[in-house]
Amino acid sequence: METKNIMIVGVGGQGTLLTSRILGGITVRAGYDVKLSEVHGMAQRGGSVVTFVRYGSEVAEPIVEEGCADVLIAFERLEALRYAHFLKKDGVIVVNDWRIEPITVVTGAAAYPENIIEKLSEKHRVYAVNAMEEAEKLGNVKAFNVIVLGLAARHMDFDKGLWLEVIAETVPPKTVDINQKAFLIGYEKENGYDME
Amino acid sequence: MAERKIMLGNEAIARGAYEAGVKVSAAYPGTPSTEISENIVKYPEIYAEWSPNEKVAMEVAIGASISGVRALASMKHVGVNVASDPLYTISYAGVSGGLVLVAADDPGLYSSQNEQDTRCVARAALVPVIEPSDSAEAKEFVKFAFEVSEKYDTPVIVRTTTRLSHSQGVVELLDRVEPADKTYERNPAKYVMMPGNAKGRHVYVEQRMKKLSEDGASFAINRAEYRDTSIGFITSGIPYQYVREACPGASVLKLGMVHPLPKKLIEEFAAKVEKLYIFEELEPVIEEQVRAWGIDVIGKEVFTVQGEYSANLLRRVVMGEDMHLAEAEKTPARPPILCPGCPHRSVFSVLNKLKIHAAGDIGCYTLGAVAPLHVIDTTVCMGASISTLHGMEKAKGKDYIKNWVAVIGDSTFMHTGVNSLMNMVYNQGTGTVLILDNSTTGMTGHQDHAATGKTLMGEVVPAINIYHLCKAMGIAHVQEIDAFDLKELERAIKEETKRDAVSVIITKAPCVLLKGNVFPNVCRPVPEKCKKCGACLRPGCPALTKKADGAIAIDTTMCNGCGLCQKLCAFDAIACEKK
Repeated sequence: METKNIMIVGVGGQGTLLTSRILGGITVRAGYDVKLSEVHGMAQRGGSVVTFVRYGSEVAEPIVEEGCADVLIAFERLEALRYAHFLKKDGVIVVNDWRIEPITVVTGAAAYPENIIEKLSEKHRVYAVNAMEEAEKLGNVKAFNVIVLGLAARHMDFDKGLWLEVIAETVPPKTVDINQKAFLIGYEKENGYDME
Repeated sequence: MAERKIMLGNEAIARGAYEAGVKVSAAYPGTPSTEISENIVKYPEIYAEWSPNEKVAMEVAIGASISGVRALASMKHVGVNVASDPLYTISYAGVSGGLVLVAADDPGLYSSQNEQDTRCVARAALVPVIEPSDSAEAKEFVKFAFEVSEKYDTPVIVRTTTRLSHSQGVVELLDRVEPADKTYERNPAKYVMMPGNAKGRHVYVEQRMKKLSEDGASFAINRAEYRDTSIGFITSGIPYQYVREACPGASVLKLGMVHPLPKKLIEEFAAKVEKLYIFEELEPVIEEQVRAWGIDVIGKEVFTVQGEYSANLLRRVVMGEDMHLAEAEKTPARPPILCPGCPHRSVFSVLNKLKIHAAGDIGCYTLGAVAPLHVIDTTVCMGASISTLHGMEKAKGKDYIKNWVAVIGDSTFMHTGVNSLMNMVYNQGTGTVLILDNSTTGMTGHQDHAATGKTLMGEVVPAINIYHLCKAMGIAHVQEIDAFDLKELERAIKEETKRDAVSVIITKAPCVLLKGNVFPNVCRPVPEKCKKCGACLRPGCPALTKKADGAIAIDTTMCNGCGLCQKLCAFDAIACEKK
């Protein structure tokens, strides 16, 4: 199988590492070769963070390069915009419709771009969900990233049942139930918002 | 069948140490090396410790090796500088039990103050370097490094980079094979490096490196992969993967040992390929050597010495592909910042108010250099804050530093700051030192140290008391202040900077991310009282934003209820209450 390139982007502290652990776990369970690349250290302190996941029959490099991503999973709108140029021509964006202002915006040095999702939709297939709102309804706002993952799962090559199994194996035992429910919320949305 | 597991490069290095039968591991945390020790400690067969700094860690591993067991030290590239004193000399003495130093370089400076190449240190120290390309190799190469160490009587450096250390790949788990402890025999000619003995060992070391260069031609980790011979690459580590990705048809000489280089193998490969590229991140270490042998290569004239490489770089430069890449959208930068509720922000808001300059150090608090806090003026290396401030005073006189302080964290103070403070006392400085004690090594992800009262292996031990340590140096003016007590901080900083004597202010509050830390409060705006003055926004807490009408909003999912914004508000327009 040709290598599939996934990117997970967000703001340090949003839990990109948990999502990539689930994603890495499922590729191994499905029998693929896989490589992931993460950011640790200073950038995790509220900075822009990227995780690359690549799976296929044989994977060489651990990073996804510009122009090569099949799926861009963004936990925040501005971060989707920042990395959109990594997508292939027919690549897909799955985005949490949420705004976190970077310090450059808070201090007035820069402006937060408006209408990001509309702008991205002009060039790409975009699936958006307000996962924060959905997670709050579910009763745990921290589960928002698994909701986004559920929506993104529609663009990957694994069964729903396997996702649920791997989530159960990966997250802390006490949070299995809520994370599985969160995943299904995203998964059932299928197309996210209607972007028409 | 052996169990297959997806592992971080650093986790695989730890597994390699376990399977190799390592019995002692010592390290000081530093990105991107930290997770090596954090994974080693999961194996009860290995004694593992955080040492106060890398020099000590290296020496602990050396002692274990001399006593006859396999030992590992791990650190980031700049940590190798701290450990270089013992490293250069243990290279002469050699080992008894295998001795491996894992050095983690940071091309691209993800979390470092420079982009140095450990291979240059290794060349100067006459130490072999082994470099894996993914997690599976990381585990196997660590094991091989121990064999080389014992067979050639040398410490061995396993070099990793951020991209390898923080990438995950599939690894096959094997059993631990513990070699029998070697019997200790007194051997001063080998282990007492005084001039007469060291002279003899230097002869041995030169022979050892020559032999390794010859034997390297038959090491399985150095591998010629012949495909189309019109283009050939000599490469190693992560860059090997970029070559395989971008130029799958090209011939490759993949070096697992990058120092000393296997000359015969390289000459053979060079003779068989038409156009030879050397593809190595950072310094032209392989290239210079190969050129010195009179071999024609293409290297740094087309590839940069800065940052990380990529497959796209090869596609552009070597394959001549027109990439048609979309341009990145213009987006506001999102640099890392201090967390909501970080005690450093509180201390820095006072320094900012008093217009005090700070000689800074290595840790999260380095982020105090940037907008909107602007209080850190210098950052060089671990422990440098106190000594650079002292140097300023000696250059320009004590009045010059009346609006200066040194700022250092608790872990960095225990690392090397303590030496600098001794110097300030001894040489009659008058500087004011702020030790930001957040009870952990914060930036690297919360590791314990000698002043936290807990070890890497989880034992509860007596904590070294920083206050009493400073007092014991003879410093009369030492005080501990709550990092969120703005009034007290202001009073103390004003008083102590005026004083013609060394003084230490220890600001205390645990890191907000520290496990077990609970936040009972949350801050909320009281809109009817808000005068839209912006005083609360000045320290740059990411939970606070200004709305279009100038009033403030607080993101309660981010707020940790530290109350700094409330204290800065003169109009009671922020309430911090129990959640």
